[in-house]
Amino acid sequence: MNEIAWIDTALAAARPQAIGALLRYFRNLDTAEEAFQEACLRALRTWPRNGPPRDAAAWLIMVGRNAGIDDVRRRGRTQALPPDDVISDLDDAEAGLAERLDGANYRDDILRLLFVCCHPDLPATQQIALALRIVSGLSVKEIARAFLVGESAMEQRITRAKARVAGAGVPFETPGAVERAERLGVVAAMLYLLFNEGYSASGGEAHVRSALCDEAIRLVRLLLRLFPSEPEIMGLAALLLLQHARTGARVDPDGCIVLLEDQDRHLWNGEMITEGLGLIDKAMRHRKPGPYQVQAAIAALHARAARPEDTDWRQIERLYATLERMQPSPVVTLNRAVAIAKVQGPEAALALIEPLADPLAGYFLFFGVRGALLQQLGRTDEARGAFNRAIALANTPAEAAHIRLHIDRLAMNSRSGVDS
Amino acid sequence: MLYAILCYDSEEAVASWSKDQHAGVMTRLGAVQEKLSAQGRLGPVARLVPTTAAVTIRKSQEALVLDGPFAETKEQLLGFFIVECASLDEAIETAQELARANGAGGSYELRPVSVLQSGGL
Repeated sequence: MNEIAWIDTALAAARPQAIGALLRYFRNLDTAEEAFQEACLRALRTWPRNGPPRDAAAWLIMVGRNAGIDDVRRRGRTQALPPDDVISDLDDAEAGLAERLDGANYRDDILRLLFVCCHPDLPATQQIALALRIVSGLSVKEIARAFLVGESAMEQRITRAKARVAGAGVPFETPGAVERAERLGVVAAMLYLLFNEGYSASGGEAHVRSALCDEAIRLVRLLLRLFPSEPEIMGLAALLLLQHARTGARVDPDGCIVLLEDQDRHLWNGEMITEGLGLIDKAMRHRKPGPYQVQAAIAALHARAARPEDTDWRQIERLYATLERMQPSPVVTLNRAVAIAKVQGPEAALALIEPLADPLAGYFLFFGVRGALLQQLGRTDEARGAFNRAIALANTPAEAAHIRLHIDRLAMNSRSGVDS
Repeated sequence: MLYAILCYDSEEAVASWSKDQHAGVMTRLGAVQEKLSAQGRLGPVARLVPTTAAVTIRKSQEALVLDGPFAETKEQLLGFFIVECASLDEAIETAQELARANGAGGSYELRPVSVLQSGGL
């Protein structure tokens, strides 16, 4: 790795911690970002000459603080001067600061930084865009590309989101245990959405958007290092890894969706599966189940099956029933129906999804599953009707193409499922 | 004489590598490994999953399973076992059995192995 690449990597790795600390210090997102930017510029100037600092994040926080103070003072917003020991000699100050940062101190900084992006007034996509810009440090251009929108539209979106957050008043006091748990939950939900933004892509977009999945995994690992004993964070990390492991097998070379049971399992990423299985095992030892753990446990059962016919559908059905109790939703019931179809047959599954016709009237997968079940029962005309409805509701050309494949297969009396 | 070469780096920094950086490092390492292997000098090579998947037990209190990696800087790495286990629970039981047999202080850190090459030595 050349020198600039090494510095870039170090700056990217230190970013959440450094901006989190600068935000606590300046209590203003723009100032914190500008201060970090300035510190990075100075790092690029001095690190190649003086060698890397022992603790890159501490160095950036210190230099960023000084730069931000200069800036704030220039603009005449404040008269407060920093204590001498902070600005006089960087090398001396670095040691002390590094030690303080070592503790639990900075985990609340990073959590706060993520939490600030999750302001409830912001739509989910804006929360995600803001987190990618501020916490991950992706450029507006990169984020625009991942969201398949123009650069200026994304620039506007992020600017508006920032203004919203700035006006909202950021919670700067150190959170108590209950508050911390709430923040963790909100941030976890945002990371799950970030992952799904990337995971739901297909066709030509899939390659570009899978970067969002990588970033979600990077951030959830960061969260897990800060909060190593939270079973739901372990569960979320496991869930994302086990799903992302299938990425290489989910879409065929023509951009068509490949169903879970038709995927070439040799294309699954073994390293991600090992990590995911390790994490879900670790989470379940705590005996504090939650929705992410249950979903990860389902993904784990798929991952452990060497062939589709080895899948433990009975256990999957039980897990979906657990998830239904924790988080009642027609989509979860639809997934349970797929498992029921494997264990008890299509008739029982069809009966289970009948009441979902209303709540899922606009959901293409409902008609996809219904069509597949009718098909298995030999009710070909009704199956064709359901598949046509699914095509009309499909969100992407790949989804529509996938359903068309079912219609083509109707005569061949083939199998189907909902997971992919 | 056999030497173990242990790999240390910042997990956060390695996780921030781009796919190209990662592929470059692996290709260059692979070339060295191939040479060593051809010379009949290469034993097992393992890659561990990140420490976020680690648990640790103290040998003196082997019933207590801690989340996270081994973090005591006053103790040094003395050796390691690679054991096939069906689940983390089995791995923990195995480590507890070793802890009882060992009877002394120190810790065992348990980390899933994501890649293992036998090397052929």
